Amino acid sequence: MSAAGTTLLAIGTKKGLWLASSPDRETWTLSEPKFLMEEIPSVGIDTRGGRTRLFAGRMSWHFGPCIAHSDDLGETWTEPREGSIRFGSDDGAALERIWQIQPDAEHRPGVVWAGCQPISVWKSTDHGETFELNRGLWDHPHRGEWGAGFGGAAAHTVLPSPVDETVHVAMSTGGVYRSDDGGTSWQPRNRGISAPFMPDPDPEFGQCVHKVARDAVDPDRLFAQNHHGVYASTDRGDSWQSIAEGLPADFGFVMLSHPRRSGTAWVIPLKADGERIPPDGHLKVHRTDDGGATWEAGDAGLPTAEYNAVLRDAACVDTAEVAGVYFGTRGGAVYASADEGRTFREVARNLPDVLSVRAAVVPA
Amino acid sequence: MGTAVAATNSVTVLIPTLLRPYIDGRSEVSMSVPDDGDVSALLDGLGEGRPLLDQRIREETGALRRYVNIYVDGEDVRRLDGLGTAVPGGATIMIIQSVAGG
Repeated sequence: MSAAGTTLLAIGTKKGLWLASSPDRETWTLSEPKFLMEEIPSVGIDTRGGRTRLFAGRMSWHFGPCIAHSDDLGETWTEPREGSIRFGSDDGAALERIWQIQPDAEHRPGVVWAGCQPISVWKSTDHGETFELNRGLWDHPHRGEWGAGFGGAAAHTVLPSPVDETVHVAMSTGGVYRSDDGGTSWQPRNRGISAPFMPDPDPEFGQCVHKVARDAVDPDRLFAQNHHGVYASTDRGDSWQSIAEGLPADFGFVMLSHPRRSGTAWVIPLKADGERIPPDGHLKVHRTDDGGATWEAGDAGLPTAEYNAVLRDAACVDTAEVAGVYFGTRGGAVYASADEGRTFREVARNLPDVLSVRAAVVPA
Repeated sequence: MGTAVAATNSVTVLIPTLLRPYIDGRSEVSMSVPDDGDVSALLDGLGEGRPLLDQRIREETGALRRYVNIYVDGEDVRRLDGLGTAVPGGATIMIIQSVAGG
C-alpha cells in the first residue's frame, strides 16, 4: 500500500452524498448521507496547494441545482451567498444540473472548471467561490444544433491541459470541442468518431461522446468512450482511431486514464445502446497499458451477476503510487481497487443509484 | 403637492420546512406589499438580502421553479395569473414543494 494518509472517496448518488474513508484502501468507513434526497451528479476533490476542498454539484428536484464546497472533509458545507453558477438575466437560460467539477492544473491553483446542463462551461478563478460562464462556447454558432442525450443536454467533460492553454470539452450530444486559447474560441474535434444515430454517421459535430480522458504523460493523447465506439487520439483530438478491438462491447459511459503512466486507461463496457447491462451480466473493468492496442479484463472481487450500468462519472482513479480505481453502479454498489483495477473490494452496497465518485489521498 | 405613496398591506407568507434554513429558521413571515402588488413583487421582497432563498423558488429567468407551488389564500397561482397574481391585503401565501422525485 503506497497511499500515505487517508483515502477519501466521495460518492454522489441519486439521493445524497456519502463519504467513504480508508487508511489502506482495503477497509472502508462510510459516513451518514449528506444532502439527503438531493441528486449529486458531480463531485470534486481539489487537493492543490496543500489543502483539500470538496465540491458537490447538488440538484434538488424541487429547489434546483447549486454547487457547495467543504474545507473540513465534508463535515460542513458552504454555498456561496450569491450562488456560484448562475446564468445572467440576459442569457435566457436557467441552470439545470452541474455535471462536472474539474480542478485545473497545479500551477493554476485557483482555477476550477464546471460543465453543466444546459450545455455550458464555467470557470472559477477563486477556488470555486464564483464561476463565470464561458462565452466562447455559449455563443458558439453550433449551439443551436447541439442536442440532448437521454440524461439531458450537458457538457459533461472539461479537460484543461496541464502544459498549455488547451481545453477539451465533451458534450452529449455535440461531441468533442477544443480550445487552443484557454476557452476564448472552440472548434469541433470529432474526425473519426462515429455518430451511428445520425443520418450522416460521420458529421463534423453532433457525436454523443460519453466520456473523454487525457493521458497524464502525453497531453496530446486522449481516450474517448463514445455512444458505440471506443477511440484514442494522439494529436489532441484532430483525429481519432478506434481502439475497441479486444473489448466485449464498444458501448459504455466510463473512460479513465492513469494518473501518471502513459497509455494506461480503463473502460467498463455495457453490452449495447439497446441493452445497457454488463455483457453477459458480468461486470468487468477492462484496462489497456498500450494505448488501446490490447485490453485485459479485471473482475476479481466483483459480483458474478450484475445487471446495473455504471454511469460516466461514477468511476475515477486516485493519485496514489499504485493507482486506485473506483466505481459505483446504478444498483448502489461501490467498489475500490488498490491494484489498478485487477482486484476489487466492496466499499458500499444498497446505496441509491451512484452518479459520481471521486477519490483522493488526504492528510490523515 | 406631495408625492404619492402607494398604500401597503400586511400579508403572511408560510415557509416550507426545507427552505427555513435560508430564512433564519422561520416558518412564517409577515410582509408588507403595495396595494397593487403581485406574487412576483412579494418574492422580490422575500428574497431581498436572501438570494439563496429566492434561487430555490425562482430560476434565473424569473420563472417559478417547476416543482414549487405558491398558493394565495388557497388558490394555486398557476391556475390564476402565475407570478402576476394579485396579492390582496391580509392574504396568506403558502410556498409548498409539489410532489416530485422517486
